[in-house]
Amino acid sequence: MTKFNRRDFLKVTGGVAALGSLGYTPFVIAGASKKVVIVGGGIGGATAARYIKMADASVDVTVIEPNKKYHTCFLSNEVLGGERSLESIRFGYQGLHKEGIKVVHEMVNNIDPQARVVKTSAGNSYKYDRCIVSPGIALRWDTIEGYDAKVAETIPHAWKAGPQTATLRKQIMAMRDGGTVIISAPPNPFRCPPGPYERAAQIAHYLKQHKPKSKILVLDPKDKFSKFGLFTAGWKKHYGYGTDNSMIEWISGAEGGKVDGLDAKNKTVRALVQDFKGDVVNIIPAQKAGKIAHIAGLADKSGWCPVDLKTFESKIHANIHVIGDAAIQSPLPKSGYAANSEAKVCASSVVALLKGDEVPQPSYVNTCYSILAPNDGISVAMVYNYADGKINKVEGSGGLTPGYDKTTMEMRQREVLYAHSWFKNITKDVFG
Amino acid sequence: MKNKIFTGLLITCGVVLGGAAAAATPSATMLSNTCVGCHGPNGNSMGPASPTIAGISTEYFMEAMEEYKSGVRPSTIMGRIAKGYSEEEFQLMASYFSKQQFNRDKDQNINAKMAKKGAKLHKKYCEKCHEDGGRSSEDDAGILAGQWMPYLQFTMTDYLSGNREMTKKMKKKVNTLKDEQGDKGFEELWHYYGSLK
Repeated sequence: MTKFNRRDFLKVTGGVAALGSLGYTPFVIAGASKKVVIVGGGIGGATAARYIKMADASVDVTVIEPNKKYHTCFLSNEVLGGERSLESIRFGYQGLHKEGIKVVHEMVNNIDPQARVVKTSAGNSYKYDRCIVSPGIALRWDTIEGYDAKVAETIPHAWKAGPQTATLRKQIMAMRDGGTVIISAPPNPFRCPPGPYERAAQIAHYLKQHKPKSKILVLDPKDKFSKFGLFTAGWKKHYGYGTDNSMIEWISGAEGGKVDGLDAKNKTVRALVQDFKGDVVNIIPAQKAGKIAHIAGLADKSGWCPVDLKTFESKIHANIHVIGDAAIQSPLPKSGYAANSEAKVCASSVVALLKGDEVPQPSYVNTCYSILAPNDGISVAMVYNYADGKINKVEGSGGLTPGYDKTTMEMRQREVLYAHSWFKNITKDVFG
Repeated sequence: MKNKIFTGLLITCGVVLGGAAAAATPSATMLSNTCVGCHGPNGNSMGPASPTIAGISTEYFMEAMEEYKSGVRPSTIMGRIAKGYSEEEFQLMASYFSKQQFNRDKDQNINAKMAKKGAKLHKKYCEKCHEDGGRSSEDDAGILAGQWMPYLQFTMTDYLSGNREMTKKMKKKVNTLKDEQGDKGFEELWHYYGSLK
């Protein structure tokens, strides 16, 4: 029997009182409290923690996250474009603390699925009834010769926001007018499919104002990418894409855009048919599930984690759920909103499974905005349901912002304001 | 033989149903969870433009969603999202959001002088239908009091451009307001509604 002191009592009843209006069980016995350990305090992990606590305040929820601050990847391209501060995409865990969620800043270095224990490099062990792993992505250094974590300190990927974003921003600001920024885009599947192309637009937006003779070269192993028509139309409208004077040049896979090597010292990348020298080089490598997913044996040969799409429970280890970018969750994309949506579905099933109740029927959604210029935003959205063991796009729903010829600047300016609203609302939903 | 045909029919039916999203209906909370990423916790938007939908009347919610779905009401993204849900699912979401409290504690740049003028305009042109400063959700209208100002502005822009249809009664009042007060009159109204706590 767990000791039940006065402070715990206040904590439990206080938490319940706050949620009382939503109709949850008014009293719980502390000794019976179930333990959920969440590995990773990003969009998926923090959302899951909050939604478990909201659904059942008696569950003992611990989030293990090495960093004290989280930087959202979404809207980090606006930091590169000079339209947003790094502070504005930085979030702490006070909100989670206040809701009675334990957040410990340690690095998980193993998960024992038999003993149901999460172990950290600080030497601590955390027992769980259910574990949720939301580790995000790891970068496939092995796909680009001459590139690794150390080199990335000077040739940033900036695909995990924070110091990497700051480094890239500084380099772009320090670049001479007339310089070239190289963006090497990753192969599918990867985090934030429209991200590299929004990045090109945001950097172009900055250069257009401050260094108008400069160029951006996007090297891509793919022949098409997310929101292709909208991006190329936006690049054309704002940055002269397709003309001799275009600020952005995109080299597709068919044209030899695949990068497989880097000479960091000379800031030169090796693409399929020729080398390209840049003044600033941003390499976004191929990706796989975050490191801990591999250590814990949750990933398959693809490098990502197979899961049951109703509960997000791992198909490899029972009682461990994997959400967010690390999971194989297609047709849901690897996006922030999808991670948030998956976390809510996963939280509701974890609470049900802990009680021995039936797992609720899921509903998922994704909306993803890209900002091409301060007054020009585009989006893609989709509603998903669950049937026959699969996630399905609801027929007729979702899709892209209609083409440039079918929308006005006024409507696309609204999309920017809605993008910023989405940012404020989803970060409130994630971090409290 | 009879049995075989029967089984065959069953299999065929199963396949047909399976193909056409035989998904069970999720709970009101599960469905509403998909809205809050854009519309905020419990439907209380953090702004600056996405509207708060907490406290919305069931009637108005249903009408809005059906209009977005059919394309009658213009939108950037809501039309695409609304097409993803059934009438039954809208009913569940409506029941959820109509029970939430509309939070008017918003940080908006209110011009007190304009808000004061707006109060007068509201009384003259709008109060008859949008009772109590547009606070009421007891009717088929959206809540105006304490709503995000950019959203109010977008809505009126769509009405004035003819992209969104007004009722006869509203059209008359809006046109009179425009003739007598000009564009500034509408702006003063937003400051008034935005200022209401």
